[in-house]
Parts: sequence; C-alpha cells; structure tokens
Amino acid sequence: MNELWIGVLGASAIAFLLKFTGHSIPEKYLTNPRMLRINTLIPIALLSALVGVQTITEKGKWVIDQRLAGVAVALITLSLKAPYFVVVISAAVTSAVLYRL
Amino acid sequence: MSRVNRATATQSLSVSFTVGLYGTAFGAASISAGFSILQTCLLSLLTFSGASQFAVVGVMGAGGSAISGIATASLLGIRNGLYGLRMAPILQVRGLKRIVAAQVTIDESTGVSIGQEDLGVDAMKQGFWLTGFGVYIFWNFFTLLGALGAQTMGNPSAWGLDAAVPAAFLGLVWPRLLGRFERTLAASAVVLAITLSPVISAGLPIIATALLAVAFGWKARA
Repeated sequence: MNELWIGVLGASAIAFLLKFTGHSIPEKYLTNPRMLRINTLIPIALLSALVGVQTITEKGKWVIDQRLAGVAVALITLSLKAPYFVVVISAAVTSAVLYRL
Repeated sequence: MSRVNRATATQSLSVSFTVGLYGTAFGAASISAGFSILQTCLLSLLTFSGASQFAVVGVMGAGGSAISGIATASLLGIRNGLYGLRMAPILQVRGLKRIVAAQVTIDESTGVSIGQEDLGVDAMKQGFWLTGFGVYIFWNFFTLLGALGAQTMGNPSAWGLDAAVPAAFLGLVWPRLLGRFERTLAASAVVLAITLSPVISAGLPIIATALLAVAFGWKARA
C-alpha cells in the first residue's frame, strides 16, 4: 500500500472515530471552556498555515509566482463579500492568466 | 418523525447544494495533488469533512508524509467530535442509526440543526438529517465531477488550480476571522508556517501552528 492510500484510509478512519466518540460519550465531558476555546482556534491556525504554505512555498522552498497574485485576488473578493465560488474561480483565473503569459 | 417543516427543508436543501458545490474544488485539488479518482472519491465518501479532506491532499500534495496528512486532518476533525457531543442528546439514536448520524456530523448538519432551535426538537432532528444527507449526496457528486474535470485538464498550473487550492482554504478560514484576536492568530500562523517550511519536512509546519492555537486559547479572554 503506498503513502497516498495510507493517507486516505488513515484520515478516514480517524475522522469517523472522532465523530463517533462525540456521539458516544456523556455530554458532561469535554465542556471545559479552555478546551472549547482552543478547539475553535485550531482550524483558524491550521487553515491559515495551509493558505500561507500553499501560496508561497514549493517543495520546501519559498517561491513567489502567479499563485500569490491569485490568492491576493481571493483576498480582495472575500473582503467584497463575494460568494465562495467567485472567490475560488477569480483566484484560479488570475493565476492561470499570469502563468500562460 | 413528524411532518417535515417547510422552512427547515428549504434551509437544509439550500445549504446542502451550496456546500456540495465546493466538492468540485476538492475533487480538482485532490487530482492535482496526485491522488487518483478512486482515492479522491473515497476521501469524500469516508472522511466526509471538507477541511480535513483539503488538508490531506494539501499536505501530501506538497510532499508531506501520510502521518503529517492524517495528523493535520485529524486536528481539524476534532470539532466534529464536539458537534457529536452536542447532537447526541437531540437525536437520541443507537446502533446503526448512530453510526450513520456520526458519519454525517459536520459543520453544516450541526449548524442547520442548532438554527432550528426555536421550531422545536423535531425540526432540529429534521434539519440535521436533511442537511447531513443532502451535503453527503451533493458533496460526493461534485467531488467526482471536479476530479473528472481536473483529470481532463492536465497541467494544474495552466488552469490556475495551484492558486485555487489556497484560495479555497482562505474561503474556509475567512468566516472564522471574527475579530482582531482571530486575525492575529491567523497572521501568526501564516508567518510561522512559512518560516518553518524550508527548515522542517512538509506537513510539520502546518501541525506546528496547532501549538499557536493552544497558546492563544490558553489565556482566558473576557
């Protein structure tokens, strides 16, 4: 089994276990306010990190290219409250046009 | 289950369709990260949690190990466990039904359900099931569509997919950046992950930012 398959099946197994555990343990656990606060902050940190890494790194090196322009356009469309699809597509179009120039 | 409330049904369906559409972006991202169509579809069928799925393909597509991909996805999946904790007393299901309920416990099914609180517990149940199944169906359908589309397109950069993926992440995090505190955390996470990228192997810089979240969340806020 190659690495990608391990990723697919491992992530799936743990994703389900996390969901099922929540349904199976009494509610009085895990209601510590500090844990709840950290839990809402973890996606913010991870998703932001993914944005940064996917925008200006490639194979462990810093690379400034058309992706940065695409993500900048995404940032602008988001601040204009554009729908998700407009955001993603405008980023893709910007990046593709610059790449093909 | 009693008659389906019209307002609940409409809301469930519109959320399901809109969110399901993002599946196209995931399908395309997964293919351009090097996953096969089967692997892409299995991620949507089995993992079934958008941010976690994007994390697996994002981290592993950038050369991260399976362990890094799984760890990042799992950190993002913890919140589904907390949603389960919230939904269990409302749904009151056991056995096979509980397994199905767990699988469709995500941001949207929980969100719509909690949004029906004023309409009573039946509406909350309906909102959960309709949105859970609705997103499941549309998300998987559009994942396949996006995967097939990306495969026929070829070079991901020529179609802007290399920017579409971080833009998709940005769109997921944006609604969570409610105040200065959240924005400071987001900016710190970007800086930390980029700084660490040339130093430690792919995937680990992402996971390291979870520690930032712990540090930010540790001190109490008024």
